[in-house]
Amino acid sequence: MTDHRANQVNDKPLLPVLTTIFKHELMTAFQNRQQLVNPLIFFVLVLLLFPLGVDPSPQFLSAAAPGLIWVAVLLSSMLSLGTLFKDDLQDGSLEQWLVCGQPLYFLVLFKTIVHWLYTGLPIVLFSPLLALMLHFPMDNYSVLVLSLLLGSPVIALLGGIGAALTVSLRSGGILVSLLILPLTIPVLIFGTGMVLASIDGVPFMGQLALLASLFFLALTLCPLASAAALKMSVLNS
Amino acid sequence: MKWTFFHKLGSPRWFYDIAGRHYAWLMMLSVVLLCIGTIWGLVFAPEDYQQGNSFRIIYLHVPTAILAQSCYMMMATAALTGLVWKMKIADMFIAAAAPLGAAFTFLALFTGAVWGKPTWGTWWVWDARLTAMLVLLFLYLGVMALRSAIEYSDMREKSTAILVLVGVINIPIIKYSVEWWNTLHQPATFTLTEKPAMPPEMWVPLLVMVIGSYLFFTSLVFQGVRNEILQREARKSWVKKLLATEGSTSD
Repeated sequence: MTDHRANQVNDKPLLPVLTTIFKHELMTAFQNRQQLVNPLIFFVLVLLLFPLGVDPSPQFLSAAAPGLIWVAVLLSSMLSLGTLFKDDLQDGSLEQWLVCGQPLYFLVLFKTIVHWLYTGLPIVLFSPLLALMLHFPMDNYSVLVLSLLLGSPVIALLGGIGAALTVSLRSGGILVSLLILPLTIPVLIFGTGMVLASIDGVPFMGQLALLASLFFLALTLCPLASAAALKMSVLNS
Repeated sequence: MKWTFFHKLGSPRWFYDIAGRHYAWLMMLSVVLLCIGTIWGLVFAPEDYQQGNSFRIIYLHVPTAILAQSCYMMMATAALTGLVWKMKIADMFIAAAAPLGAAFTFLALFTGAVWGKPTWGTWWVWDARLTAMLVLLFLYLGVMALRSAIEYSDMREKSTAILVLVGVINIPIIKYSVEWWNTLHQPATFTLTEKPAMPPEMWVPLLVMVIGSYLFFTSLVFQGVRNEILQREARKSWVKKLLATEGSTSD
């Protein structure tokens, strides 16, 4: 990245910029509280459809619960991630990011993580309640939450790429899901695989390790793509 | 080492001429090879001792599947080239190759389903390799959807390139999924390092089909890129001159 060059241009530390972004993000998020709850409501609604539409029996629900919860997390993340950078482009923050002399990579990474904190994390924390309603076996709650804790940031980071690619387009919404959902399949496979293994009482460290490696891979690589896409969108808009 | 060849590749005009000189004979050769391979494979190749005659669809399934995957690798190479050396041709290649790749992926899935019915007793199984192939189809469709959402600009080139490069992470998962999950699908028919397990009477026609398909693909890409060049360089003087002369000769 432009890391070393940026440091030559100005030697302002990165931390104050990140704190500013953090405050700005949380302030705008909490000013519009409805937007905070919307993904959560959507998450619960999707899960409500399965007992009604497929089968309300505990046998089916407990077997399907890991997959259902994971898919609901995926879908609700896609909804909230579609507009991740839209406001920043419109109010000019993105341009400020480009000229502030700090590496865009870290700004994008940080913004995505903060966004996950107030959209992804609540869903993860909420999932045990839904797991209870889906007759998910009690002993495996911690594994479910752990898999979501590792997996949902990966979804957020991948979704950030889609949001960055489509930020200046009018037809954002469904396009982001089209672009990103295929890429999230490995996360889904290892995430649900880990939970299913733990329900079956077999070791799940393999899936956990793969999920963790996906996490670190996404953490290091995804912001590169998002930053490149954002830079291009701002320069062309 | 001389780099003139590489730099010439970046010139649409040069590529237009070269592609124009070669696409016709490539297409003819590919049709000949595909005919030979099809007749050889369907009529003269020996029956499989287990699968009987139903295995013969391999002569369509394997070439389309190989092309479906290598087309994406070619697109990824083009994407990287386009991002690094800012070659306009790279994006034109992606524009021409993405619909072809999607078509080949669909054909591979379709012939696979037709093959699966007599062999596994079902049209579709959620086997790792089949699923990965389906995901590949969606990757192609995603690239096409993104391109159609953006009007022609520098931005479209870069967006496409970034998306293709991100998607290429999925290709190793496709390639190694058979070994990882070890399910119904038989392992790859051709590998570069080992001799095929089939007898030569069976795999030689298959090789003819694969080579024929590659030539077919190359010829179609040449024509697609030529069309892209004409569209995008329509305001350049050489294109105007070309269209004027071609228009007058055809009258």
